[in-house]
Amino acid sequence: MIKVAVIGLGKMGLSHHSIVNMHPDVELVAVCDSSRFVLDMLEKYAGVRTYTNLGKMLESEALDAVIIATPSKLHGPMVRQCLEHSVHVFCEKPFCLDTEEGGQLTALAEQNGLINQVGYHYRFVGAFQEVKRLLEIGAIGTVTHVKAEAYGPVVLRPSGASWRNQRSEGGGCLYDYAAHPINLLNWYFGMPSMVSGTVMNKIFSADSEDEIYATLRFGKGLSGQLSVNWSDESYRRMTTKITIAGTQGKIYADRQECQVYLRDGKKMPADYLPGWNVSYTTELTSDVWFYVRGEEYSAQLDYFVQRIKFRQSDNVNSFASALQTDRVMQMLIVDSEQKSRELLNPRVVTEQNPPSWWQRLARAS
Amino acid sequence: MDKVLFGDNQFFGVNHMSEEKARAQSMRFRDTQAMIEVLDMAYEAGIRTFMCTTHDRISEVCDYFRKHADSYPGFKFYPGMPYAHKYANAVTDHGIAGTIKRFLPDDGLFDAVVRGGSAVAKKEIDGIATLLIDAEMKMFAGLSTPVIFLQNVVTDFLLGLGMKDAFRIFADHIKTKYNAEPGFFSMNMPRLLDVLEEVGVENPIVCTNINKIGFRMSGGIDLYQETLAHRQFRPIAMSVLASGAIPPREAIEYVCKLPKLQSIVFGASGRGNIRQTKALIDEFMAARQE
Repeated sequence: MIKVAVIGLGKMGLSHHSIVNMHPDVELVAVCDSSRFVLDMLEKYAGVRTYTNLGKMLESEALDAVIIATPSKLHGPMVRQCLEHSVHVFCEKPFCLDTEEGGQLTALAEQNGLINQVGYHYRFVGAFQEVKRLLEIGAIGTVTHVKAEAYGPVVLRPSGASWRNQRSEGGGCLYDYAAHPINLLNWYFGMPSMVSGTVMNKIFSADSEDEIYATLRFGKGLSGQLSVNWSDESYRRMTTKITIAGTQGKIYADRQECQVYLRDGKKMPADYLPGWNVSYTTELTSDVWFYVRGEEYSAQLDYFVQRIKFRQSDNVNSFASALQTDRVMQMLIVDSEQKSRELLNPRVVTEQNPPSWWQRLARAS
Repeated sequence: MDKVLFGDNQFFGVNHMSEEKARAQSMRFRDTQAMIEVLDMAYEAGIRTFMCTTHDRISEVCDYFRKHADSYPGFKFYPGMPYAHKYANAVTDHGIAGTIKRFLPDDGLFDAVVRGGSAVAKKEIDGIATLLIDAEMKMFAGLSTPVIFLQNVVTDFLLGLGMKDAFRIFADHIKTKYNAEPGFFSMNMPRLLDVLEEVGVENPIVCTNINKIGFRMSGGIDLYQETLAHRQFRPIAMSVLASGAIPPREAIEYVCKLPKLQSIVFGASGRGNIRQTKALIDEFMAARQE
């Protein structure tokens, strides 16, 4: 049995707890959180040992692995503490707010030979996996453009501050929402060579952005557009979509379905025909041993457990892959701030204007 | 329980197949009157049970049926609580404790419970749980609610956490306070039955995915078939068509042949569809009784 502890019992932590606790290869031995009320509930009703101090838990329990689902700002130090105790780590997204620290932690996990994974669950959604497969076999030829979107109803009015709407704490629409479509772009196309035209706009939040728009360039003629808004009440829940255009066809995918248009060509995948092809969740999704809120949440934890069980170091959601996403988010922040500095300081712009006739005259003399 | 129950997913843009269809549905049912019209079609087709969530807009439907009770003899509600999305965001913003406090009718009790970070007693948590149930049930006051369900997100979440006593608390409160039968939605039916048996909820009503292709039947279709054959419970089948992946006739015939099946719940928005599905269920349910 693999001995696991969950650190951070918010929505994601409790969700992971509930799923992994039912895994046939896992014994969930302890939880760690700062809220005594939640710990009391779990101690009394679920019979699990509870801790308010991570160090104490790591000392007292012989753990094989942890699941970290604390507010994002705490990921870095907690991941380090666990890796130093030689414990395999599953960390919620975003991985690490400081990309330099993220790099060090990635190296540390690899040095210590520890399984490392980040909770980008969309890589476990059947429809998005199908997109990956189609891209790998070149089904739509050379890809020229991709649109990555995410919308949903999170911040719908001005409200009090919590970590979730403060960028400095790892909250905000960028880290919470945009991270997902960016992570899918990384999975499909790797790192962009540049980002530009980044707009990060506040709609209701005081301390973070609520919508993000940007252009990404991946080289070899491939461009991408990112469009994300978490203040969109017209969506019942978070919806992530990917649209990809290529020389031989087009792919559209969301969590429910994968729509593919293919031109007649050499690389037609099996079961696909020229023209529109649609496949749905019902056919793209594999069974899971226990279902709480979507197969992908169960599938990613099973994958983590299997990596530990069979000591497989490769991981579709490794720290290294999540670090790419952190880096793109860093690029977007820098790009958006650059724009606002120009606006605040018009002198920068004036200097780039061509010299007037008398300036040229003065220089000539 | 009636053999045919009418569901409400179509009213709230829940479609497991397509976001586009889901959006078209939420456009159509923007207005409560449009929901009532579809419920009228269901009533005309002979359906007498509406199985619904505790979505805020259901309270408007409840108002209508309270006002027009005389026109709908025999009509009943099977509420399923809670409508989980309204809690989900609150949990990330306010934590578990903060969310419970927000949804409790009187936060004095909660403050007393968590004051000073003192340890919380079991009976206090039981008390909070029953207050949350009462808050969800408010909208159904004066209506017939012979079976009251716990939604699958909550059932399966509690099942996963191993908070087995919660099922007992729910069942007892539904029986004593509402004089109704407790029911449970679940995507993990065989495992849930183990736990319900363990905490003494006998012959439970469980509404779960049952379909010919095994869609969202955790543990696999074989285990479901075996469980249906050998365990004591009252199953209601949902997702019978697997979001349209199985043709209706084939889908309903398969489910109706399974042992123990009590009822089938389905949602639809068109008169033709409602009639056809009702007729198919009647036909195959009658065949099984022969």
